[in-house]
Amino acid sequence: MIPHRINKSAVQISAEVISNKKFGPYHHMVFAVGEMAANSRPGNFVAIAIGDSQSAHILRRAFAVYRAIDKGPMGGSIELVIAPHGQGSTWLCSRTVGEFVDLIGPLGTAFGVPSSNANAMLIGGGYGSAPLFALAELLKNRGCRVDMVLGASTAAKIFAPLEGKRSVSSLTLTTDDGSAGIHGQISEAIPRLIREYKTEVIYSCGPMGMLSAIAKIAEDFDIAHQCSVEESMACGIGVCMTCVVPIKYESGIKMVRTCIDGPVMDAAEIIWDKKTVTDLLHS
Amino acid sequence: MTTLDYSTKIGSKRFSNPIFTASGCASSGQELSQFFPLTDLGAIVTKSIMTKPRTGRNTPRMAETPSGMLNSIGLQGPGIDAFLENDIPWLVDQKVKVIVSIAGETVEEYGVLSRRLRAVSGISAVEVNISCPNVENRGQVFACHPDTSVAVIEAVRRNIGGELPIVAKLSPDVTDIVEIAKSVVNAGVDGLALINTLLGMVIDVNTMKPKLAGKTGGLSGPAIRPVAVRAIYQVHQAFPNIPIVGMGGVSTGRDALELILAGASAVSIGTASFGNPNAAMLVKNQLSDLLIERGFKDFRDAIGFAHRGV
Repeated sequence: MIPHRINKSAVQISAEVISNKKFGPYHHMVFAVGEMAANSRPGNFVAIAIGDSQSAHILRRAFAVYRAIDKGPMGGSIELVIAPHGQGSTWLCSRTVGEFVDLIGPLGTAFGVPSSNANAMLIGGGYGSAPLFALAELLKNRGCRVDMVLGASTAAKIFAPLEGKRSVSSLTLTTDDGSAGIHGQISEAIPRLIREYKTEVIYSCGPMGMLSAIAKIAEDFDIAHQCSVEESMACGIGVCMTCVVPIKYESGIKMVRTCIDGPVMDAAEIIWDKKTVTDLLHS
Repeated sequence: MTTLDYSTKIGSKRFSNPIFTASGCASSGQELSQFFPLTDLGAIVTKSIMTKPRTGRNTPRMAETPSGMLNSIGLQGPGIDAFLENDIPWLVDQKVKVIVSIAGETVEEYGVLSRRLRAVSGISAVEVNISCPNVENRGQVFACHPDTSVAVIEAVRRNIGGELPIVAKLSPDVTDIVEIAKSVVNAGVDGLALINTLLGMVIDVNTMKPKLAGKTGGLSGPAIRPVAVRAIYQVHQAFPNIPIVGMGGVSTGRDALELILAGASAVSIGTASFGNPNAAMLVKNQLSDLLIERGFKDFRDAIGFAHRGV
């Protein structure tokens, strides 16, 4: 791991909601964040306070940045794709244009970009696809081939906006129920696609189960795999030690913070097997 | 302009203001330094350090609760060697006052840690955490019994030497916290830290199993503030001359004032920093305004004010 100053670009601001649109089961929200946008890289996240100062929800919610626009009509802005499934995200999705939220960002690690042209496969599960579109654009501008694979339980839950598709060489959809694209779990389709597109590096974002399955495939094919992980987070800035994932360390195990050493991590470093983790913790 | 003497004392050590971080809520200090100058704190209280590196517990380690949260970290940390090599020099370099929190599985471990600390310059006090609820065996929570509490404090005193103030961190999960306080005061502590988290549990009604991997966790946040106020009030009443570092759900200046009126000589900001990295500075500024509004010229006149004339 490269030593870096922790939270070096992070600022806490009051950010105005400048757009909030429903996009299928998700909300696409845009926040005016000024200069923060210029420091945001694909893979970074922001942490937003829920409710007012008297809120019973005392912890922030973390959201991967979908897009950061440095100099838009409203100055710098950050865009998020949010699924309103919990009380916090539901509160955030019900904010209207002109309201302000307490936002900290950009936080965490960003996706690493290959130094030479490479065939990249970007794999997103559900709204986990959100941070991959800005990455696709970045990779395409570097001359990489970008194959995107998006999966979800059902067609409506695939987040694939039109403008996001411009940067990809191919787009494959998978659904668990067969309502769109290939019928089955996203990981089942991956080995064939890796062979077909001669994939040299994988980037993934989505539920931990999906990331784990892709990590196994990447290991079998011996290709690099950077994944954006998801673990319950209390602070997002590295002080609470709750959002850890287990990584291989010397002969054993080490818990690292996904807010500081992640969310983008080298999948080969992570110990994905739960039983192995339990055994190592008790050895 | 009205001026306020904001300084406070724990044992022989003076601090420029009474706002500290709470142990385990400021990590190494570097994380928060992006948001405010650490020297604006009265002191930074480090995570509780143990002799050996410790992996901590499995995840999930966290569950949000109404106006609070449960944590089950299990004292993850680098161990005393790496801590003294990396964390302490950085903090001392920042010229921030440092209170080192220590935790052990045995009485001997506390002794070893104290011996390691006695030669370290730039430390203002040692917090002896005898009340972490996230241990495998509840019987290991030293602060649950007067005799085990005393054994730890005596081991620390024997080994630490000099005049470094010793602050014992106590658990509210006891029948009579005054009895525990009495035992450690008699053993010679210079101050008390009140309160550690309360042991709690959340069950996920979808999986129908405990939400935390460690099953139980420490409850913190505004939900526990009345417990902290009560504990501080009771202990200050019994030992008005023992400085108390108060903590438990403080997120505003008003909350800090409440703990001070109950008897706290300093206030630590813990869980509030998770929701707002600038919480300690917010509390510090609001508290100063509230004290001035109430006519206090010296912060120390407000300590235990709720007891006067009662």
